[in-house]
Amino acid sequence: MSAHAEAHGGHPPVAHQSSRVDAPTLGMLLFIASEIMLFGSFFTAYFFVRVVNGIDWPPAGSHLPVFVAGVNTCVLVTSSFTIHWALQSIKRGNHAGLKAGLLLTVCLGLVFLLTQVREYSRIGFAPHDNSFGTIFYGLTGLHGAHVFVGLCLLSMATIRAFRGHFSPDHHHGVEIPGIYWHFVDVMWIVVYTTIYIL
Amino acid sequence: MVNPFRSESEAYRFLLLTIGYFAAIVLAAVVIGRWAGLAVFLVLTLAAVYLAVRRGTPEPRAPETMRSRSAENERRILVIANETVGGVVLREEIKRRSEGYTEDVLVVCPALNAPLRHWVSDEDGAREAAQARLDASLARLAEAGIDARGEVGDGDPLQAMEDALRTFGADEVIISTHPEGRSHWLERGVVSGARERFTVPITHVVTDLEAEREEVR
Repeated sequence: MSAHAEAHGGHPPVAHQSSRVDAPTLGMLLFIASEIMLFGSFFTAYFFVRVVNGIDWPPAGSHLPVFVAGVNTCVLVTSSFTIHWALQSIKRGNHAGLKAGLLLTVCLGLVFLLTQVREYSRIGFAPHDNSFGTIFYGLTGLHGAHVFVGLCLLSMATIRAFRGHFSPDHHHGVEIPGIYWHFVDVMWIVVYTTIYIL
Repeated sequence: MVNPFRSESEAYRFLLLTIGYFAAIVLAAVVIGRWAGLAVFLVLTLAAVYLAVRRGTPEPRAPETMRSRSAENERRILVIANETVGGVVLREEIKRRSEGYTEDVLVVCPALNAPLRHWVSDEDGAREAAQARLDASLARLAEAGIDARGEVGDGDPLQAMEDALRTFGADEVIISTHPEGRSHWLERGVVSGARERFTVPITHVVTDLEAEREEVR
């Protein structure tokens, strides 16, 4: 046992916590900062390849399925509406709405992910073909990994919802995946706009 | 700036704003041209930055625990001081204010730290130094017959005061500083800031430790 712990009667000292930034807010801020840096590094590579190198985007011979990805964007945006509905439902004590909202969100997220996998298999270029391919797969793959994590969180929330773990006063287990899911959605809008459209 | 991901509702609103932001840029770029898209991007980005800065961070509300919770014959006094607690003026002020009451004095010694150390959370040294100053101050108060307890607070004196007021329902606060010209706290407007931020009566006591030492000689 350390001398510091002994000075507190065998227990670890009480954690010093200033009320300037509370722990959950600080955690979320740090998470967002790390995500911005992660996605920022990929976007830096994208802009470097596209603007500094001045190559055509997409390069000749490559074609991006803008329409299919657009439909997929609508699917993902709709999933944000459904998770919001789910949360609003449980806040009003509507358990059926919570379950339906969460199930729909998981289904829409799965549709998005599977459509992206299908898109990869038919797109006609690979990550190792050129820098464009590397950036495309890097950015969309990074986002896909986030969607996968979000789906895991939402699946757990859905199982818990069906087991009756949530109530109008206790629904933190839906709130946190909800925030994460909206964040993933925001990032996809940025990725879709910059990679596919502009 | 307010964190847009504090709750699901705020994250949802941020998502809707993001959709609107990018839809306007894409629409301008596709319908009119790339330069129009760039112009819309610049205008919307500047507007968003302007609104975010103008909105600022909401002032924290004074919590319930900041209200006095002392009994009728009890006087709760919160003393905020760095190294001037041992000064004669402050000791006399505490005695005068607790006359006729059972005093409950809490001394808070802020763990003053260098800015870089503060941002990297390296505050062990600052807290140890503050604890040593606090121990010495409490010993001097005990010698003067004042029964006080103490704790080390946040490096920001105003924050240390707020933290202490949350758990210690004080009747009044005494801020002890060095005289003007030698006091960093006065330079930073700690006393006026405290009067604006808290509803508890605040007394400012100037302690000239150098003059007191001269008198002793």
